[in-house]
Amino acid sequence: MTEPTIERLAVENTDRGPLTTDELAAVIGRDIPAGAYVNLGIGQPTKIADYLPTGEDGNPTCILHTENGMLGMGPAARGDEIDPDLTNAGKVPVTELPGASYFHHADSFAMMRGGHLDVCVLGAYQVAANGDLANWHTGKPDDIPAVGGAMDLAIGAKDVYVMMTLFTKKGEAKLVQHCTYPLTGVACVSRVYTDYAVFDIQPDGVHVLATYGITLADLRDRVNVKLLG
Amino acid sequence: MWEGIEDERQTGHDAVSRAQVLQTTDEAVAGIEDGSTVLVGGFGLAGMPFDLIDALIRQGAKDLTIVSNNAGNGDVGLAALLKAGQVKKVICSFPRQSDSWVFDDLYRSGKIELELVPQGNLAERMRAAGAGIGAFYCPTGVGTPLAEGKETREIDGHSYVLEYPIKGDYAVISAYQADPLGNVVYRKTARNFGPVMATAARTTIVQVTEVVPVGTLDPEAVVTPSIFVDRIVKVEARSYTVQGAR
Repeated sequence: MTEPTIERLAVENTDRGPLTTDELAAVIGRDIPAGAYVNLGIGQPTKIADYLPTGEDGNPTCILHTENGMLGMGPAARGDEIDPDLTNAGKVPVTELPGASYFHHADSFAMMRGGHLDVCVLGAYQVAANGDLANWHTGKPDDIPAVGGAMDLAIGAKDVYVMMTLFTKKGEAKLVQHCTYPLTGVACVSRVYTDYAVFDIQPDGVHVLATYGITLADLRDRVNVKLLG
Repeated sequence: MWEGIEDERQTGHDAVSRAQVLQTTDEAVAGIEDGSTVLVGGFGLAGMPFDLIDALIRQGAKDLTIVSNNAGNGDVGLAALLKAGQVKKVICSFPRQSDSWVFDDLYRSGKIELELVPQGNLAERMRAAGAGIGAFYCPTGVGTPLAEGKETREIDGHSYVLEYPIKGDYAVISAYQADPLGNVVYRKTARNFGPVMATAARTTIVQVTEVVPVGTLDPEAVVTPSIFVDRIVKVEARSYTVQGAR
């Protein structure tokens, strides 16, 4: 679905600071191809819905899937639109667009595992250089684990994009050689969108597609993964 | 099962219904035994069978294993059942939420057992149970802690984990309309696990907002065919809390 963008030259935007969440959502939104079936998970990636390319009718040119059984999901519901029977995966009330469809959970997840979904965007604790994803459990003994649909999406969607900050609050890079957190999926991530840079994970290694407020040299300094231009 | 023929299970039609239309939710949950596995529909609050769960709390069955996507929200529905101390184990995909304090307390104090299952596996394991499948190889979770100890197999160059069906003694679900034969339609994303759970239980109990005469539902649009439904009860439409409304 997504055209390989590996030939795209690394864009160094050293004159601007790291991206805000909204700016990052806009960067990802621009990369979602028209006609794609897309799942934006829960939490931060759902912001991308506000930045998807739109057609003449003002609706997105892609079709949003929500794991709780809907294609053609519209924007968040407001006021009288709120219907307790119509929510997204984050349990937020949403609306339906013309051409929407509803289906049960087994069908919804068949759309993922069966390779029908083009793109999903997930948050992450860590992504490894080979595309391993860790985003469901910190592994701490007092933590109550919750996985939801993350593992199904990670192995199911044709392209798995990650949206995350590049560094933890302590300044440790979340793009790593090997994940230390429990895995969600093996070698499943194809693209990592962060506030400092966009990375493409390819068989020959991790390519930097764009940087924001950091030079490639500084990025290589702070991320302990071999970064190709 | 066939004692129904002597009852007055009028469908307004020549067909004699195996399904019962009951007058109260208390009748609808009658007979749920201690130690039962109960499949509970809903995704968060959407599709949660509140009235049947309230009846199950009054009924008092204990040591239940509950299969549901979440482990209760706030103090209502599934959370209230957990709080009543009737549940020994929860099989679910997403217990930890901002409003899952009832489950969190029980879990941290060791009073409830948790089997965490990826959401698609939860659905597919019930689908398998309802379809008579002995087990299936699934790619979800390969190489993760949730696949540890499970049989894996390479098929056509890909890795899969062997997953077993989840069969319910009872399914307790919420839907929009049913006819007296047991044909069911749902509303929007409140459908979620309902149709799958209806197939996977020995006895399927459905609460609906409306019971309509046989022949009213468009056969092309029936979502759960009558063969999967055992008990139907009409409940009042409720305006329930909506999370995240703005």
